Amino acid sequence: MAYDYEKFIRPGKLPHIWCPGCGHGIVMKGLIRAIDACGLKKENTAIVSGIGCASRLPGYMDCCTLHTAHGRAAAFATGVKMSRPEMDVILVGGDGDGTAIGGNHFIHACRRNINMTYIILNNKIYGMTGGQFSPATPTGDKASTTPYGNPDPAFDIAKLAIGAGATFVARGTAFHANQIDKLIAEAIQHKGFSVVEILDDCPTTYGRRNKFKSVIEMMNHLKDIAVPVKAAEKMSPEQLKGKVLTGVLYKEDKPEYCEQYAKVIERAQAAK
Amino acid sequence: MAKKVAFLQGNEAAAQGALYAGCKFFAGYPITPSTEVAEVMSVELPKIGGKFIQMEDEIGAMAALLGGALGGAKALTSTSGPGLSLKQELIGYGCIAEIPCVIINVMRGGPSTGMPTGPSQSDIMSAKWGTHGDHPAICLVPASVQELFEETVRAFNLAEKYRTPVMVMPDEIVGHMRERVVFPEPGELEVIDRAAPTVEPAQYKPYDTSFGDVPPLAAFGSGYKFHVTGLNKLPDGFPTTKAEYVQAEEERQVRKVEGNADDIMKWEEYKCDDAEIIIVAFGSTSRSARFAVDQAREQGIKAGLFRLITFWPFPEKRILELSKKVKAFITPEMNLGMATGVVKAAVEGNAPVLGIFRVDGEPINPGQILDKMKEVK
Amino acid sequence: MEKKLPTIEIIEKYCKGCHICVEFCPTKVLEMKGFVVSVKNLEACIKCMQCELRCPDFAIKVTP
Repeated sequence: MAYDYEKFIRPGKLPHIWCPGCGHGIVMKGLIRAIDACGLKKENTAIVSGIGCASRLPGYMDCCTLHTAHGRAAAFATGVKMSRPEMDVILVGGDGDGTAIGGNHFIHACRRNINMTYIILNNKIYGMTGGQFSPATPTGDKASTTPYGNPDPAFDIAKLAIGAGATFVARGTAFHANQIDKLIAEAIQHKGFSVVEILDDCPTTYGRRNKFKSVIEMMNHLKDIAVPVKAAEKMSPEQLKGKVLTGVLYKEDKPEYCEQYAKVIERAQAAK
Repeated sequence: MAKKVAFLQGNEAAAQGALYAGCKFFAGYPITPSTEVAEVMSVELPKIGGKFIQMEDEIGAMAALLGGALGGAKALTSTSGPGLSLKQELIGYGCIAEIPCVIINVMRGGPSTGMPTGPSQSDIMSAKWGTHGDHPAICLVPASVQELFEETVRAFNLAEKYRTPVMVMPDEIVGHMRERVVFPEPGELEVIDRAAPTVEPAQYKPYDTSFGDVPPLAAFGSGYKFHVTGLNKLPDGFPTTKAEYVQAEEERQVRKVEGNADDIMKWEEYKCDDAEIIIVAFGSTSRSARFAVDQAREQGIKAGLFRLITFWPFPEKRILELSKKVKAFITPEMNLGMATGVVKAAVEGNAPVLGIFRVDGEPINPGQILDKMKEVK
Repeated sequence: MEKKLPTIEIIEKYCKGCHICVEFCPTKVLEMKGFVVSVKNLEACIKCMQCELRCPDFAIKVTP
C-alpha cells in the first residue's frame, strides 16, 4: 500500500506553501514516517518551530503545534517540555532561524541535554524573506545581500551542536529521502537533546543565484557531496574535500535535563 | 489560629504571592533589581513539584514562560528595564496567541543599563506600548510589600481570567523595601484558575469566540490538539490575512481587557471628597504623596491623593470626573512625565496638571510635593 | 502468470511540477504533462516507490 501520510496531516491543509522542488516536503514526509515508526501519540506530541519556510511545517501536522517567533523555538519548546515532560517534543526550523537569531537558544538547549529532537532544515539561505545569506551560506556564495559573494564563513551546524553538548547529532540530505525517517526516529528514541541536520535545497532563492540550473541539479549535488560516516573512514582528506558526512555523527549518554530537575525536586522535598 | 506574619522584602513577597496564586512554573534570567523573585522561586517551586528554569537570556526566559503556560501551568517571570525591553518581542506573542502569564518588572533607572540599583517609574509606558502592534495591556503598580503580595495574586487571576500576559510593576523601592506582611489564609484571597474547554477535543478551537471574548485555552498534553501561532489567526488558530477576521480578532483582543476595565482597574482615593488639589501617584511615590497630603491638610490646604493601583487600564473616566471639581492635579513620578501625560489626556483641559519629575535615582520626598501644592493658585 | 500492475495515483492539485519524480524514476514511468506529472508507461514500473518517497508535495501514491 501507498504510505498514508495524511493520517498525520491536518485535513484540508495541503497543498503546502513550499515552492516547487523545495525539499521541505520530503523532510516532512520523513518526519511523519519517523513519528509513526516511533509510535508517538499525536495529542502527546508537540511540534515547535520558529519563523521561516521550514517553520511552517508544524501547521500541517495533526499534533500540538506551536509556531513561535523567529529563532525562539528551542526556548518555547524548553518551557513546554519542562511543563509537560511526558510529551514528545520535536522542533523544526531552518538554518537562519536556528543558528543566527536563535543561536543562543539552540546552543543552550544542546548544553542542557533536554530530551527533545531538533530537525534543522539547512538550505543555506533565508528563503521566506527572499534569499539573504544565513550563517550556513558558504563563503563566496551569492545571496540577495551578498551580491559580490559572501564574505562570511559558514557554521557547520552538526559540529556546532556537538560542541554545545547535544548528545545525538545526525545529518542527512533531502536527496537521501529513505534515510531521513531513520535518522529522525533514532533521534526521537535517544534520551537527551538530539539534532538532525538535513541538507536541503532552495531552488527559488539559493539555487538560481548559485549556478544550479534546476531542482534536479540541486538534488544531484546533495547526492554527490554526501558521504556516509562509515565510508568516510576509508577515505583520504583529499577524497573528502568538498564532501559532507551523513548518518549518525555523534551519540553519547549523559544525564537528561528533565530527569536532573526531577532530582532537584526530590532534594528540595527531602529538605523541606 | 493566628495568621502567618513575616518581615519580607517586596520581591520576596511577590514570589510568595505567586505561590499563593498557584504558580507552578518560573522561567527567568538574573537582573537587578528583581533577582530575589527568581531566587525565592528556585527555592520554593521544587518543594511543591513546580518547575524553575534559569534560561540563557531574557528572551529565552519569556519564551520558556509561554511554553510552560501552554503546558497548562500558571507561569511567572521576573525582570527589570533592559530585560523588559528584550521580553517585549514575546510579550506581543503572548498577547496575540492569548497565553496567560505574569511578568514582575521591578522598575530601575533607564534607558539602557541606566541605574541598575536606582528606583524609577519609567517603564509604565513600555507596559502598554513596548511591543509593536495593538494589544491589550494590564499593568499593576503596588505601593507596599503587602500590596505587592496581593497584587501578584490578582495579576495571576487577571492573566488566567482574560487569557493574556499581565505585568506587575513595583518600583525598585517597593521591590527592595522590607515590611510586615500578613499572609492571607488559603481561600481568603480569590484565586482564579484557567477555564478548561467544555467541548470534546475534536470540536475544540483555541479562539472560538462563541464562548465570548475570552475563549477557553486547552493545555498542550491534555488530549487537545491545536495550533498556536504569532500570526493573525482564525478561530481554529491557523493563520489568516482575511481582512474581516484580522480586524475582528485584533479588536476582540483589546476589547477583552478594555471592555472589562471596571473589573480590572483598582485605585484608592484618599481625602479626595472635598479636595481642591489631587495628587495622582503610584508606587513608592504615592507614599510620599500621602504624607504630603496629611501635612497639607494640617496647613489648611484641601489636598487629596488618587493612588493608582492599576496603571493600565488607566481610570481616565474617574480622573475626568474629579477634574471638574478640583483646582489642579499634581503628578509626582520617577520619570520625566509619563503619567503626567496620561493624566493630562484624561482631564481634557479641565484643570492644570503639574508634574514633579525625578530621574536621579532619589525618591520624591513629601516636601517637594507640598511645595508644588503651594504653587497652585 | 500475468504481471500485476501497480496503481500510481497522481493528486494533481498537490503537484507543483518540480520534475523530481520524473527524473529519479529509474524506469522512466512518469512524464510531465504541462505543469503536472502524469503516468506515461505503467508497465515499466518496478514498484521501487522512489517517486512516492521523493515527491515533496504529497502528490504521488503508489500501490504496488
